[in-house]
Amino acid sequence: MDRREFIKVSGVTAAAATVPSIFLSGCSTQPNPGEGEVTATPTVCDICFWKCAGHVYVEDSVPWKIIGNDEDLHSNGRLCTRGTGGLGAYQDKDRLKMPLVRTVGPNGQQIFREASWDEALDIIAKRMQKIADEHGADRVALLNHGAGASHFKNLLRGYGSATFSAPSYAQCRGPREVAFQLTYGEGVGSPDRTDMEHSRCIVLIGSHIGENLHNGQVQTLTRALENGVSLITVDPRFSVAASKSQHWLPIRPGTDVALLLAWMNVLISEGLYDKAYVEQYAMGFEQLAAHVRQFPPEWAYLQTGLEPELIRETAREMAKNAPATLVHPGRHTTWYGDDTQRERAIAILNTLLGSWGRPGGFYIQEKVKLPNYPLPDYPKPKSTFKVAHGDDYPFATQPVSNAVIDASIGDDAHYKGWLVYGTNLPMTIPGVRPKLRQAADSLDLIVVIDTMPAEVTGYADVILPECTYLERYDELRNAAEREPSLALRMPAFKPRHDSKPGWWIAKQLGERLGLQKYFPWNDYSEVLDWQLKQVGSSLDEMQQIGVKNFPRKTPKYFQAGEARRFNTPSGKIELYSQRLADRGFDPLPVYKRPPERPDNYYHLNYGRMPAHTFSRTTNNPLLFQLAPENTLWINSLVARQWKLKTGDSVRMQNQDGIVSKSIRVRVTERIGPDSVFMAHGFGHSAKQLRLTNGLGADDSALMTNVLIDPIMGATGMRGNFVTFVKNSEQEHA
Amino acid sequence: MTIRYAMVIDTRTCIGCGDCVVACKTENKTPVGLNRDWVVEATRGKWPNVRTEFRSERCNHCSNATCVTLCPTGASHYWRDTNIVLVEANKCTGCKACIAACPYDARLIMHPDGYIDKCTFCHHRVERGDDPACVSSCPTQCMHFGILDDAGSKVSQLLKTRNYKALMTETGNEPNVYYLT
Ligand code: SF4
Ligand code: SF4
Ligand code: SF4
Repeated sequence: MDRREFIKVSGVTAAAATVPSIFLSGCSTQPNPGEGEVTATPTVCDICFWKCAGHVYVEDSVPWKIIGNDEDLHSNGRLCTRGTGGLGAYQDKDRLKMPLVRTVGPNGQQIFREASWDEALDIIAKRMQKIADEHGADRVALLNHGAGASHFKNLLRGYGSATFSAPSYAQCRGPREVAFQLTYGEGVGSPDRTDMEHSRCIVLIGSHIGENLHNGQVQTLTRALENGVSLITVDPRFSVAASKSQHWLPIRPGTDVALLLAWMNVLISEGLYDKAYVEQYAMGFEQLAAHVRQFPPEWAYLQTGLEPELIRETAREMAKNAPATLVHPGRHTTWYGDDTQRERAIAILNTLLGSWGRPGGFYIQEKVKLPNYPLPDYPKPKSTFKVAHGDDYPFATQPVSNAVIDASIGDDAHYKGWLVYGTNLPMTIPGVRPKLRQAADSLDLIVVIDTMPAEVTGYADVILPECTYLERYDELRNAAEREPSLALRMPAFKPRHDSKPGWWIAKQLGERLGLQKYFPWNDYSEVLDWQLKQVGSSLDEMQQIGVKNFPRKTPKYFQAGEARRFNTPSGKIELYSQRLADRGFDPLPVYKRPPERPDNYYHLNYGRMPAHTFSRTTNNPLLFQLAPENTLWINSLVARQWKLKTGDSVRMQNQDGIVSKSIRVRVTERIGPDSVFMAHGFGHSAKQLRLTNGLGADDSALMTNVLIDPIMGATGMRGNFVTFVKNSEQEHA
Repeated sequence: MTIRYAMVIDTRTCIGCGDCVVACKTENKTPVGLNRDWVVEATRGKWPNVRTEFRSERCNHCSNATCVTLCPTGASHYWRDTNIVLVEANKCTGCKACIAACPYDARLIMHPDGYIDKCTFCHHRVERGDDPACVSSCPTQCMHFGILDDAGSKVSQLLKTRNYKALMTETGNEPNVYYLT
């Protein structure tokens, strides 16, 4: 039977009544847009880490629109949905407006009161000084996300600390970076060095490009589709990418390593791998071949539920198009606690296809050699972040945020103070809320620097309102890319309310702590101008053009037959990892069965939706109109069993009895009967976020079974199962 | 009508991201909660034999527009000598006859100021030789805009070389938004 399901995925009108007006309504003479006085100011988008460059347009002094910069490789002149909606971040009525300081209210309860910048900064500097005097400056950690954090890194380096922990490492991209470093001696990086526009075959295994809108990824995948790429998508859900694929492999959740091993088995047993490439560049092939011999497609079938013939056919398809075959490393890679090993399997598979350093596989990135503004040397911190890890996570190259939080709990905890910049910890790290409460009890100081009153501000002693990216300078964007390029973020508007740019806040704190020598300028624009002049440009020029591209100085791909030394102990691509073996880990990826699904429970799968960057944008008044809440995808068989229909409101209960907030059901054939799926970032509990508060559910609250990757500390989040608790009729209303 | 403008949207590359909706919203400063374009997801089949199509939809700027024919005040009209259907705010009484007359889910919307607002194919941009805002923002570049009667235009070329459909052609409205399949 042909079933048909129409869903308006955007252009929702129902929410209109609840949304405050952000645009003046047109007057009856209806002038056409753009007929007034129009100005355009360069910017670099901050709605996600992709950092697309664009221009902010203002018409007759009213903010109008943001459009991509045509010269920009990250956006190719086209921002994504979220970047196009970036003005909403500026216009959001719920922004933080004044510094806030925790105090005791008239009834003895703790409250925030408004404070002047001077008072708030004095409080912070005094407590930081006290921590430095009593415990040492290395006891203050920065938990951060986004480019603006660089100002606070400078501050803390000068102060004497070196713990800068981005949750995007242990909660997202870390396993991939470590696995590729172990194999190739370098990571994938940002923007991902995938050469999809030249690929003839692309394998997406754990990557929902199209629902994640990382702009260059979407654009290059689309170019590949237009060129007739053979797209193979492995996903238990019929993702957007799956709907564009020649082959969709609806794998049993958690069994990817079995499939990857079987693919290697086929490539090697049928002699389809790139022998010359492997011979010249790789070591450990004999061990790999012996290892994967045990894992033919018939074996993988029992694990993955994928037909052996389909596994063989797709392996041959990859080999046929190699080396222009990209097995995409994905980005959010923290699933089952064996994530570094899964990513190692992906890295190794790419070696067998000869795609690393080859057109259509992975290109070699290059960035601009941009000198740093001259500053005095920083003091050597008394300890590094490794203190937080103890003997754990030997291959972590960055601090693991959950370990930093653990090392902040208790009277004898290592960390005594936190600066939290641009990251909403309770909705970012799985099941972390109880620990955040404990850490807040132990720490002498928590400062939250943000634009929005997100949940994390509830733990703060002092909250500092930063202005949005549209109102400030930040460091130049100098990302390693296809071509070296610089992009400028500059203020398009004056900071609203009493918000301030991050550079100003850091400098003010620096001066109060006697660290003014690390801020030897009056305005951050002086730093940018100095740096730009070192590479033949200037702030003036960049204020006109926004983006400047420079010619490459090195080749983008390996040259045919070229000798290369990789940055690994052996100087080769390490299929077999002696480094892992030496620390007691499997030197070759081994399949581990995922946790068993209990009866009447479903795998809790989660991901992105194109309209939002998780909890950071759900209150953005423009993007809110597109997607005001998340839904819970369930298969029609599950719907029948639980007597649920689309639009019903349910709560989920996980394997540990934790109950979620209400979420509306979406019955869809795009998901199988063993899982549910929801977009991450909803289910806010901060009342101050007036649009999004109370809408949808938060998946991270249900992630009480966190599977830690012993190699580098990532928090695997896919080991959780949910069942349904139906809401009472009253709650329906 | 001497110039027929058409929009040709490739459903093979459209990902349903909604950028076209936000781009229209900011470009045209539409009121909160009201949009001139929207995205539809159509899924057929039963798991795991499923097909999904995304379509960015809007006014079809019909060559035979029933909304123009049935508008009692003449507010709904063709722009210059083209198929672009506009509403003259000053003439519109808000009677909603056009809403009933439009056979498409392409709903005209009531502006808070009391007139019916709708997709204009961004005629203010087209006039300058630019693509409509949705077309020029779409990150997948799956949308194309141009003159249908010009055999050399990208839209004509695409319709010549690819399979396509338009929505509800049986209405006789002669819609000018095409979907490549
Ligand atoms: S991908 Fe989108 S949200 Fe991210 S930086 Fe680019 S435009 Fe902004
Ligand atoms: S912007 Fe383009 S890809 Fe996104 S929904 Fe609209 S037409 Fe589709
Ligand atoms: S789609 Fe509807 S509103 Fe647009 S021209 Fe046709 S009849 Fe008129």
